[in-house]
Amino acid sequence: MTATAGIRTVTFREAFREGLREALATDERVFLMGEDVGRYGGCFAVSQGLLEEFGEERVRDTPLSESAFVGAGIGAALGGTRPIVEIMTVNFALLALDQIVNNAATLRHMSGGQFSVPLVLRIPTGPGRQLGAQHSHTLEGWFAHVPGLRVVAPATHADARGMLAAALVDPDPVLIFEQIGLYGVRGELSVDAGPVDLDGAAVRQRGTDVSVVAYGGTLAPALDAAAELAAEGVSAEVVDLRALRPLDSSTVLESVSRTHRLVVVDNAWRSGGPGAEVVARVAELALDQLDAPVERVGAVEVPVPYPRHLEEAALPSASQVAAAARRAGGGPGPSSRCRRSAPT
Amino acid sequence: MTGAERRALFTTMLRVRRFEERCVELYSAGTIHGFLHLCIGEEAVAAGVLAALGPEDGVVSTYREHGHALARGIPMESLFAEMFGRTTGCSGGRGGSMHLFDASRRFYGGNAIVAGGIPVAVGLALADRLRGRDRVTACLFGDGAFAEGEFHESINLAALWRLPPGFLCENNRYALGTALARSHAETDLALRAGSYGVRSWAADGMDAVAVQEATELAADTARAGAGPCFLELRTYRFRAHSMYDADRYRDRTELEAWRARDPVELAAAALAADGLLDDAGRKELEEAVGREIDDAVRAAGAAPLEPVEDLTRFVTTATEDGS
Repeated sequence: MTATAGIRTVTFREAFREGLREALATDERVFLMGEDVGRYGGCFAVSQGLLEEFGEERVRDTPLSESAFVGAGIGAALGGTRPIVEIMTVNFALLALDQIVNNAATLRHMSGGQFSVPLVLRIPTGPGRQLGAQHSHTLEGWFAHVPGLRVVAPATHADARGMLAAALVDPDPVLIFEQIGLYGVRGELSVDAGPVDLDGAAVRQRGTDVSVVAYGGTLAPALDAAAELAAEGVSAEVVDLRALRPLDSSTVLESVSRTHRLVVVDNAWRSGGPGAEVVARVAELALDQLDAPVERVGAVEVPVPYPRHLEEAALPSASQVAAAARRAGGGPGPSSRCRRSAPT
Repeated sequence: MTGAERRALFTTMLRVRRFEERCVELYSAGTIHGFLHLCIGEEAVAAGVLAALGPEDGVVSTYREHGHALARGIPMESLFAEMFGRTTGCSGGRGGSMHLFDASRRFYGGNAIVAGGIPVAVGLALADRLRGRDRVTACLFGDGAFAEGEFHESINLAALWRLPPGFLCENNRYALGTALARSHAETDLALRAGSYGVRSWAADGMDAVAVQEATELAADTARAGAGPCFLELRTYRFRAHSMYDADRYRDRTELEAWRARDPVELAAAALAADGLLDDAGRKELEEAVGREIDDAVRAAGAAPLEPVEDLTRFVTTATEDGS
């Protein structure tokens, strides 16, 4: 970690850890539990040092029992504590789906508003490490489908640092999807970085010719594509959704109303994914603003394969995003409606 | 146990029995809808377990929870109103028969996914541990839940951390239509639960006194910091699994054998034998319960339905959002 004039350089891992340390230090109701979060320091070393600092009561290693410890987090939240539960990766979150969908998301409703579940789930996610089909899922959209849950996807160091504090204040369950591929990525963070708002998308780069909407693991390729397009004289606006539920349509619609072209980038499979929801809302509310068909860049509909070349071919890339923007006709001059390939 | 305590157990069981009999009538009349699971035959479990708890203790239950809710003290009127879908229901009408909640009585539902409430009970106990509160959480579930991974994960976790939930298995011998021996290679559930390093034993689930005493011992053990206990409460449901169940999987002689040990009548006979309840007393009690039910049904039926404009309430704290 280096610091100059109020700005330091940190990894996403350090930003997440800083948020955790602050939460544990400032609220005695907060505790962290999950597989290998304590003595091991976290599967991805995010919680390293926290056991030593806060002790075994507040940094709790669990057995490999996702349903039990997520459900216990729900119960502990009902009981007046503020649990942060880490599920090692989203792939294993499937073993806790019952607790998340049937309990965390429903207890407020089924009880007629008597109970709330102030639970925070930290869920590392994302493909790209040649781990094969079972360890490369992007399933944020599954959870974002469910009313009663709040789903956020930090894609910047400030959000990685600040979303946890806001999530802990929320009386309802919040799922924070952390990009595994970003943990080691360094970036700038203000020395006084603190809580951020959980609501609302953010325009990460201003532009005038095409709106590129991304979140979580696809923000980086979207920004890379914008740089590539800029060299060609195309001004791409990059929108980071930040939250998948509630989904901030208005920022997207406002952007599209200026650029009149839309590219949605998603690590998830295209069918029924978060990107599809963004497109549906634009179609419902701003179809007349579009000068070209919407372009979607998403994962090819195949379980993520092991070999590097096939995995890369299955996932969105900056060059695909740039190509999609070109197809959408993003650029100076009159719009050009392009022929589109059949959906896969 | 005092005579007054035994009479109280009997009164609770009688209220549960008559309440559910009225539920059947109301279901047939089209006043109650959806799934309706009755605990007729299992009243001793409801009465005994809940009598052993204090007001600060927590309760996590299942979709067969009318008896637990009544024994916890939730008024009949709010239970009927809940089943009628009225705003005065104990869950504001949003839950129905399977989702009875009452925050003021620390009654955490009404969970309709088999075993789904068990991890939540462990978490409630964990919160008590972390906050230094001297109370226990009664976790009620059936023999069907014993086959679910969530139960095994949860009892291991609670035992590992020496937490104070009580695992109270209401073994009525059938998981919907599948008999215990057709689901479990070893049908002695208490024996199996003991493998998790918890104190574990079986009690007569048709005897409310035995259930209460066993639950008190389990609660005392948990409160003392000795970790959770597992109680197998051996009982039987006299009615079908739900109102949709044709109940074709049970031998009538088996049913009759269990009916001969009807928990309500067993308790009545024991009270009578000890001079604690005579025919006049029973009649008086029956009439009082009947009036309570009549009044509750009338009041619940007169309660308002929620306006459709309120549909999206109770989703999050900011449900007006609707997104």
